[in-house]
Amino acid sequence: MQIDGALIAYLEDLSRLSLSDAEKTRLAGDLTAIVGYMAKLDELDTAGVPERSHPFDHTNAFRADVVGDSFDRALILRNAPDAGDEAFRVPKTVE
Amino acid sequence: MSWETVIGLEVHTELATKSKIFCACTTAFGGSPNTHVCPVCSGMPGTLPRLNRQVVEFAIRTGLALDCDITRYGKFDRKNYVYPDLPKAYQVSQLYAPICQNGHLDIDAGGVPKTIAIREIHMEEDAGKLIHDPLTGSTLVDYNRCGVPLLEIVSQPDFRSAAEVLAYLEKLRETLLFLEVSDCKMQEGSLRADVNLSVRRTGETALGTRTEMKNLNSFRAIGRAIAYEAARQIDVLEEGGVITQETRRWDDDKGVSYSMRSKENAQDYRYFPEPDLLPLRVDDDWVERERAALPELAHQKRARYIADYGLSEKDAATLTGHKRVSDLFEALADKTAAPREAANLVTGELMRLLNRTGTLPEDLSADSGTLARLITLVLDGKINRNAYKEAVEAVFTEDADPDEYISAHGLLMLSDDGAVAEAVAAVVADNPKSVADYRAGKQQALGFLMGQAMRRLGGKGNPAAVSQALKERLN
Ligand SMILES: [Zn+2]
Repeated sequence: MQIDGALIAYLEDLSRLSLSDAEKTRLAGDLTAIVGYMAKLDELDTAGVPERSHPFDHTNAFRADVVGDSFDRALILRNAPDAGDEAFRVPKTVE
Repeated sequence: MSWETVIGLEVHTELATKSKIFCACTTAFGGSPNTHVCPVCSGMPGTLPRLNRQVVEFAIRTGLALDCDITRYGKFDRKNYVYPDLPKAYQVSQLYAPICQNGHLDIDAGGVPKTIAIREIHMEEDAGKLIHDPLTGSTLVDYNRCGVPLLEIVSQPDFRSAAEVLAYLEKLRETLLFLEVSDCKMQEGSLRADVNLSVRRTGETALGTRTEMKNLNSFRAIGRAIAYEAARQIDVLEEGGVITQETRRWDDDKGVSYSMRSKENAQDYRYFPEPDLLPLRVDDDWVERERAALPELAHQKRARYIADYGLSEKDAATLTGHKRVSDLFEALADKTAAPREAANLVTGELMRLLNRTGTLPEDLSADSGTLARLITLVLDGKINRNAYKEAVEAVFTEDADPDEYISAHGLLMLSDDGAVAEAVAAVVADNPKSVADYRAGKQQALGFLMGQAMRRLGGKGNPAAVSQALKERLN
């Protein structure tokens, strides 16, 4: 798979990221290596192996519908790059 | 040349679970921003979701009520999009194996029966809320709603008018309410609809290019948005233009829809299976357990009320307008063994009081034991109809105790105590001419004497008892 400038620009757009030229060049190299590594799997003979969506055989890992404590708001907000007293803060979104 | 409007609906309903779909935070509406939030539902790295079993049960029940096939081996998928209302930058949803498929809902649009096919129902998580901060010009994010479980109910493009859409939404809302899987409060966003709409020349079979209007949150807005969008598309096509497939936002204040920025329209969600959740297996036993747990639905109740209680279609419809209302009616019918009287009370006086006080049916909290007591009193002739009405209102508005209220206001009718006999004796003694007239065969003289006796009793006499005492005295 070819990771070219056009694809990087498209992914940048989908991800709402703004990358410098140097970052774009580095990312193209990284993604080419990652996708190439995954492409190795295509060499495996999977004829007769049923398609599945998960590597484990377990199913139905549930929790009961019971309310527990939420997190302390100040602690949660501390994880964000920007926040007010009560809410996360992000750049203005279109409306 | 005439045009046909073709509409499909995606209805989102928030499920009435206590906790969120993948964490133990409460689903309670409102709350100070970000107080119903934990590392899982705020998308902190390294956390893992755990599926709330009740969500699956509600989904299966909804699917069974809508005659769907229940998917036996299901899973969740990630729908990727980057927007600040979604802290993980993906929504956990179901694309490849939704929990319910191939259902239908029968509707009645202005007397015309129609079956609307339901393509699928899938489970997913709700997003947070964005609040514009005018002080800083930035956007504030509240994740209290993030992770509240949703069902998305997707119809086939089977609607041809706003009336059909509204009939479907009413029936669907009623079904979800009676299943008790959602409170369906549109004003709180727990029932919202996306409308996919296209037009084509009458007689054509291929679908036109459609637009999507998102998150319409009142029946009125939905009706208006459909009328506007159909007219807009027809105008464009009649002027030789083409319809662009796009998402449009409906502005209910201005009564217009407009195209959202093309960037928001870039729909490339790059779905893939959610690796953090194990597959879901639903066996026959589970499906049968949920089927057995299905409550009687509104349309079934209507049929039963008409057949068993001899109620009119109109009254049966009023009684099943909301689960709270039918619950109250059934409790009253059960406690008084007088279903017709109970129906009259609920469809008459109680509906009038709900309207007058602006109370929503979902907030109806009148106690069935108290109201049943009043029905018994009026049927036993202990209070008259006016007193009954007055006491019902006191119970409704002040939560009054019926017996205390009746005795405090002297509403109990006099029937077998000495007061009736005394009043009758006095009236007979005071009105010799009327007595003579009656004995001479003038029936209307009895009416006059009756009125005099009732007046003497201050209107509190039991008419049957007074009439009987009077006749005994005269004959
Ligand atoms: Zn949480």
